[in-house]
Amino acid sequence: MTSVLGALLLVGVPVLFGTGLLSYAAYEPRLGSNNPNPGAGLLGFYLFRWPTSPSWLYRLTQGTHVLLGLTLAPILLAKLWSVLPKLFEWPPVRSAAHLLERASLLLLVGGAVFEFGTGILNIANFYPWPFSFYDAHLYGAWVFIGAFAVHVALKLPRMLAALRGRSLRRELRVPLAQTRPEPPDPDGLVAATPAAPTLSRRGFLASVGLAAVTVLGLSAGQVLGPLRSTALLAPRGRRYGSGPNDFQVNRTAATAGVIEPAGNADWRLELVGPTSRSLSRADLLAMPLHTESLPIACVEGWSVQRTWTGVRLRDLARLAGAATPGGVLVESLERAGAFGQATLSGAQLRDPRSLLALRVNGADLSLDHGFPARVIVPAAPGVHNTKWVNRMSFR
Amino acid sequence: MTRFVRAYGARPLHLLALLASFGLTGYVALRVVQAPHWLAIAAWFVGAAVAHDLVLYPLYALADQLAQRFARSFAPLPVPWLNYVRIPALLSGLLLLLWFPLITGLAEPGYRAASGLSTAPFLGRWLLVAGVAFAISAVSYALRLRQVSRALRVPDAGPAPARRSGGPRSPR
Repeated sequence: MTSVLGALLLVGVPVLFGTGLLSYAAYEPRLGSNNPNPGAGLLGFYLFRWPTSPSWLYRLTQGTHVLLGLTLAPILLAKLWSVLPKLFEWPPVRSAAHLLERASLLLLVGGAVFEFGTGILNIANFYPWPFSFYDAHLYGAWVFIGAFAVHVALKLPRMLAALRGRSLRRELRVPLAQTRPEPPDPDGLVAATPAAPTLSRRGFLASVGLAAVTVLGLSAGQVLGPLRSTALLAPRGRRYGSGPNDFQVNRTAATAGVIEPAGNADWRLELVGPTSRSLSRADLLAMPLHTESLPIACVEGWSVQRTWTGVRLRDLARLAGAATPGGVLVESLERAGAFGQATLSGAQLRDPRSLLALRVNGADLSLDHGFPARVIVPAAPGVHNTKWVNRMSFR
Repeated sequence: MTRFVRAYGARPLHLLALLASFGLTGYVALRVVQAPHWLAIAAWFVGAAVAHDLVLYPLYALADQLAQRFARSFAPLPVPWLNYVRIPALLSGLLLLLWFPLITGLAEPGYRAASGLSTAPFLGRWLLVAGVAFAISAVSYALRLRQVSRALRVPDAGPAPARRSGGPRSPR
């Protein structure tokens, strides 16, 4: 049983780790003050320029990260349950090798519970800690994956032997009455004097599978557009009334403290460049408008496809006299908070689908969605699609 | 080689793999101590292992033991009910564990700041899902009971049913 659960995690955990690393790269941490982990050092060795195509890239990687993490949570708990008696084995240390391996297991179990725990509490917007989630989740991931890799290296032969030892298809036909205990194993994982079984192996696997499928089923709506309401127990399965502005809000205008300046008719967009400009919303609406169907995808895993109408970022760059802009610092009316500003790369700026959006699905943006104007860039993480924009500095 | 194995307890490759992993952990630790509130990060990391191994696991192991003892205190039934309670309880417990900040409203300040919505509906939604899980379990128990009692009744004309002794969970 341990080996079946272990095999599932062996496939799933590297995908979680990989999509997590991609999410860090998607933040373009090397630009401006984008880096949510300024102290990461060599842990960001792999960073690369995040592309703008396909536009659903971040939607896919981050949706996978969050939904897979939730789905694997019951499998992880079952796996830990199946090996936990080993925690209390006696004698606690048999040799130097055994001591080191047990220390590594503390990193493995601590890392697993820490990563799943911080991730799930973060998407529930519950922060009972003083530290930065970005720091904790990134550093925890590296400790976890180091211990995970060594655990796989040491236990893979054992897992494969156990998987070969029993035919899964045959085992799925064995009812409770014929369920016999495992023969003793070299790791001492099997109970020496097992109690009478109360659940067959197929019953156990079915229960864990049912738990995983239930968790997935009650969360997947967060990425499924019209089926959003099926995500009964996920934080972002909620509706915002009906109409074009009915999609997830990640920070309200009230929280950002921008209700007054964003709703004010005197709002102006400042363009900073060789020829600085100040534009009203009417000025922007008088420019060539473009409409693009692009997803907005949050680091918390939800995503939705919308049709955005606005001015191309590259047109604004040209207006500011930046003929070949290398990037842009976008600042929001919201001054406080980590994502009151974002730096976009030259590639993001030049992509013709990158807009300063004024409308969504044909209606004006609502205040909570960034009225009077917000950025929307293909494949960028949600927090880089700055809302309530008031200044763009081209460089 | 054998001297190394005797002294260390495993092959050299074992030591090398562990040292490589500890090396990575050491580098991460050097980065962590520069982060604000690094001590809290470390405490949460160790706390996560302790909370799972020494709090959560004993709790659900104890709950399961109590349920099993309670189930044994009944006269043997044609269909033991233990799993028909255990599995929906496990499902509801898991959902509570994953989403307790929303269900209990502990996340209310953060959730409202982010989404502008209240966590209030989540308690009802969780109760609904748990209720449906127990209801499905109850219906499948009833169906199974009917199936078994029919099987017991069919050979009524003949000798006493022999299936009981080999039944799914006879207490030993």
